[in-house]
Amino acid sequence: MNNIFKTITALVGLSLVFTSCNNGNSSRQKSGALASNVAEKVYVQPGEHDEFYAFVSGGFSGQLSVYGLPSGRLFKVIPVFSQDAEKAYGYNEETKPMLNTSHGFIPWDDSHHPDISQTNGELDGRWVFINGNNTPRIAKIDLTTFETTEIIEIPNSAGNHSSSFVTENTEYVVAGTRFSVPIPQKDMPIKDYKGNFKGALTFISVAQETGEMNIKFQLIMPGFDYDLAHPGRGNSHGWFFFSTYNSEEANTLLEVNASQNDKDFIAAVNWKKIEEYVNNGGGTKVPAKYAHNVYNDHTHTASSKILNEVLTVNPAEVPGAVFLLPTPKSPHGCDVDPSGEYIVGNGKLSANLTVHSFTKMLDAIKNEKFAGDAYGIPILNFEDVLAGTVEQPGLGPLHTEFDGNGYGYTTFFISSEVVKWKLGTWEVVDRQPCYYSVGHLMIPGGNSRKPFGKYVVAMNKITKDRYLPTGPEVTQSAQLYDISGDKMELLLDFPTVGEPHYAAGCPADLIKANSKKIFPLEENDHPYVSKSEADTKVVRDGKTVHIYMTTIRSHFSPDNIEGVKVGDKVYFHVTNLEQDYDVPHGISIIGANTSELLIMPGQTETFLWEPKEEGVWPFYCTDFCSALHQEMQGYVRVSGENANTPLKWSLGGDIE
Amino acid sequence: MKKSNVIMLVAAILPLGLFLFPLWKITLEAPQYPTPLGMYIHINDFSDANPHDIKNINLMNHYVGMKYIPEAIPEFKIFPIGILLTSLIGVLIAFKGDYKWFLGWFILMVVLSIAGLYDFYLWEHEYGHNLDPKAILKFTNPDGTQMGFQPPFFGSKQILNFRAHSYPQLGALFLGLGMVVSFIAFWMGKRTKPLV
Ligand SMILES: [Cu+2]
Repeated sequence: MNNIFKTITALVGLSLVFTSCNNGNSSRQKSGALASNVAEKVYVQPGEHDEFYAFVSGGFSGQLSVYGLPSGRLFKVIPVFSQDAEKAYGYNEETKPMLNTSHGFIPWDDSHHPDISQTNGELDGRWVFINGNNTPRIAKIDLTTFETTEIIEIPNSAGNHSSSFVTENTEYVVAGTRFSVPIPQKDMPIKDYKGNFKGALTFISVAQETGEMNIKFQLIMPGFDYDLAHPGRGNSHGWFFFSTYNSEEANTLLEVNASQNDKDFIAAVNWKKIEEYVNNGGGTKVPAKYAHNVYNDHTHTASSKILNEVLTVNPAEVPGAVFLLPTPKSPHGCDVDPSGEYIVGNGKLSANLTVHSFTKMLDAIKNEKFAGDAYGIPILNFEDVLAGTVEQPGLGPLHTEFDGNGYGYTTFFISSEVVKWKLGTWEVVDRQPCYYSVGHLMIPGGNSRKPFGKYVVAMNKITKDRYLPTGPEVTQSAQLYDISGDKMELLLDFPTVGEPHYAAGCPADLIKANSKKIFPLEENDHPYVSKSEADTKVVRDGKTVHIYMTTIRSHFSPDNIEGVKVGDKVYFHVTNLEQDYDVPHGISIIGANTSELLIMPGQTETFLWEPKEEGVWPFYCTDFCSALHQEMQGYVRVSGENANTPLKWSLGGDIE
Repeated sequence: MKKSNVIMLVAAILPLGLFLFPLWKITLEAPQYPTPLGMYIHINDFSDANPHDIKNINLMNHYVGMKYIPEAIPEFKIFPIGILLTSLIGVLIAFKGDYKWFLGWFILMVVLSIAGLYDFYLWEHEYGHNLDPKAILKFTNPDGTQMGFQPPFFGSKQILNFRAHSYPQLGALFLGLGMVVSFIAFWMGKRTKPLV
C-alpha cells in the first residue's frame, strides 16, 4: 500500500516536471547564460541612472509612483489624492487645501491615468496630469519638484475615468465621465435613467506659462458610459476620441444589460470646432459647485477656492463637432497611433480588434453617410470608417500602445498576454504571456507622436505565486519587456504600490536637468517664515499660539518653549534653513494628531498641536539628518488652562 | 614712448585682472558631496563655487569648531587698495620712470605678493587651528595634540573624510604675469639702454 502511494506521488511529481518543461518558452524557466543575459539588460550599476522615468498610478492608493526603467527601482511615491503620512501631504496646514472639494475634505481617491505634457505632439517633461476617479478631480504634478501643485474638481461628472489625457500641445486635459448622472444632480427615480442621465466630457484648458488649469467647457453627451479617451495627433489633431459602453443606457445589472448591443461607440469630438463656438459666446453657463486648489512654490502653501459656474455645450448645438463611430463590443481602451490616422477600439467582449481610419471618417462625414443618430448626434456606418481588423488576436483586448515603428501592442486581460501586431496589414506578429491578468501597458512616449519603442511595461492585476507570499494580500506588479527586437522578451518583474493602473514614461534626460535641488530661502514667501534663527519667536493670539521655528543641522530654534496652556491651538511653523541638496529635517511632538513634517531645504511647513495635558513635552527631528540627529530635540512646557506662566522661548540659554 | 615703457604700462595694468577674476580656489571633496564644495577667494570677497557652498562649508565645519567664514575680513579692504595703488605707481613709472624703476616695481610686487601669501597662510592657519573649545567633535593627532583643519596652502591634502584642494586662479595669473612682464620691461630697458 505504502509503495503504491509512493509510486503515485512520484508520477504526479514527474508530470509536474513535464508540465513546466512544456512552458519552457516563458522566461521563468530561463537559466544559465540566457538568464544572465536578461539580467544584464535591466542591470543599472550602483551610482548609474536609469534611462527612463516611469510614472505609475497607484489606482486605489490615490497616488503616483516614480520608477526607473529598466531597473524597476522605486524612487518616490508622489502623494496626489490621498493623505500621505510620509510627507505630511494632506496633514500639514499647507497641503490640506489640496484635498478640498465641493463635498468637503476628501483625503482619498482612485488615481488611474497619468499623462505627460506635450509640445508638438512630443513629450516635454513639464507636468504629469492624473485623474481622481471617485470624486472627480484632475491633478497636475510639477516635474521640477515632483509635487502635486494643482487639483481641479470636475462637476457634473462621476467616475472620472476617461481622463486625464492631453492634446498635442497640452492645450487641454480631458476629463470624461464614466457614469452618466442627472445634470444638475437631483432627486429622481433611477429607473428613469434613459434619456435623463447625461455624460459630461470636460475640457480643461492649461495655461502654457504657469500650467494653471481651468474648465473651458463641458460637452453634455447622451447617457452612455465614457470609458477611455485619446487625443488625435498629426492630421487628427483637434479631435478627441472617447470609447463608450452601455449605449443601451441600462441602469441595473450592467454586466448583462449593457452587453446587449453588438456595437457601442467611439465618440469623435472635434474640440477645435467647439472651442471656436465657445470663444464666440456659444454654450450655456450653468450653476455648478467645484473646488480649484493651487499650490504655490513660493508661499509653500495651497489655497482652495470654490467656483460656482461652468460652461456647458449641447453637441446638437454645434453641428459637425461630434460623431459616433460604431465599435464592437463594449470597447474599453481607445487608442490613437502616433501618425494620428488609426483609432483602435479595444472591444473587451469582442474576439477581434477594431481599427478605425481617421481619413475614412472625414470622408464619411463629408459625404454625410450617416446610419442614424443618437440624441441628434450623427452615427457613421461601421464599414465606412473601418480601417481593418486584427482577427482573433486573443481574449479580452483592453489597451493598445505603439512603438513608433509601425506596430501596435495590445493587452488581453482574459488570455493574459501582450500581442504585437502590424498596423496596416493587421497581422499578429508576436505574443508574450503576462503574469497575470494584464490591464494597461505602457511604452515610454507611446501616447505621443514620438514613442521611444524600446520597452513595454505590462501592468498586471494579480500576481498569485510570482513573489514571496505576504498573506492574503500580495503585491501587484508590473513586467518589463524588451521590444527592440522582432520578438518581445520578458526582462523583469517588479512590485508596485497599490494597483498599477496605467503609467506614463519618458526619457530621464527630459526631466533630470530641471529637477529642483532646494527651495531658495530668499524666495520663501510663506506668511509664517523665519529666514534666520534671529527671526524665530513665539506669538500668542488669544488661545492660538504661533511658533516661528527653524531647523538646521543639528538643532531647532527655539528648543525650549514655555507659556503654552492646555486648550491652546499651537501652530508650529517650521522653516528648514538648510540650502543643501537632500538635507530635509522632520519634526513632530508627542500627542500630535497629525503626521510628521518632512521639510525640504528652504521650505516652511506648519502643523497644529492641541495639548490636552499639563507637562513638559518633547519634540524631535524625525528625519535622520546628521551625525547629531539624535540630539536634535526640544521641549514645550504646557501649563494649566488658567496658569499665568509667561510665554518664553530660548536656544542655548537658560529659560529663566 | 619707448617700447620698454609700453611693456611696463601693460605690466602695471595686468594686476587689475584681480578685480575681474578670482585669486584662489579651495575645493572640498567627499563621497557624500558628488558635487564638491568650493569657495573662490577674490581680491575683496569670498564667493561660492556652487550656490550656497560657503554656507554648507560652514555647516560642515562647525562640527569641529571652525569659525564661520566671515562675510568680510580686513584684508578685503586693504588688498584692493594695495593693488590699485601699486598699479597706479606702475603706470606712473611707465610714463615717467626709466628701466631701473621697473625693477623697483617688480621687487615691490614680489615683496607684497609674498606678504599677501604669508597673510593668507596665517589666515588659513588661524581658521584651521583656532577651534571652538566647545566643538562637537574633537580629533587629536597621534601625538596627542589637537588636530588642525587647515586647508593646504598650495596643492591637495586629505582632511578627515574630505580631500581639500587649494590652487591659484586666473586672478593670480594676471598678477604673476604683471610681475613677469615688468621684469621683461626692465630687461628690455636695460638692453636698449646703450642706444639711448
Ligand atoms: Cu534633523
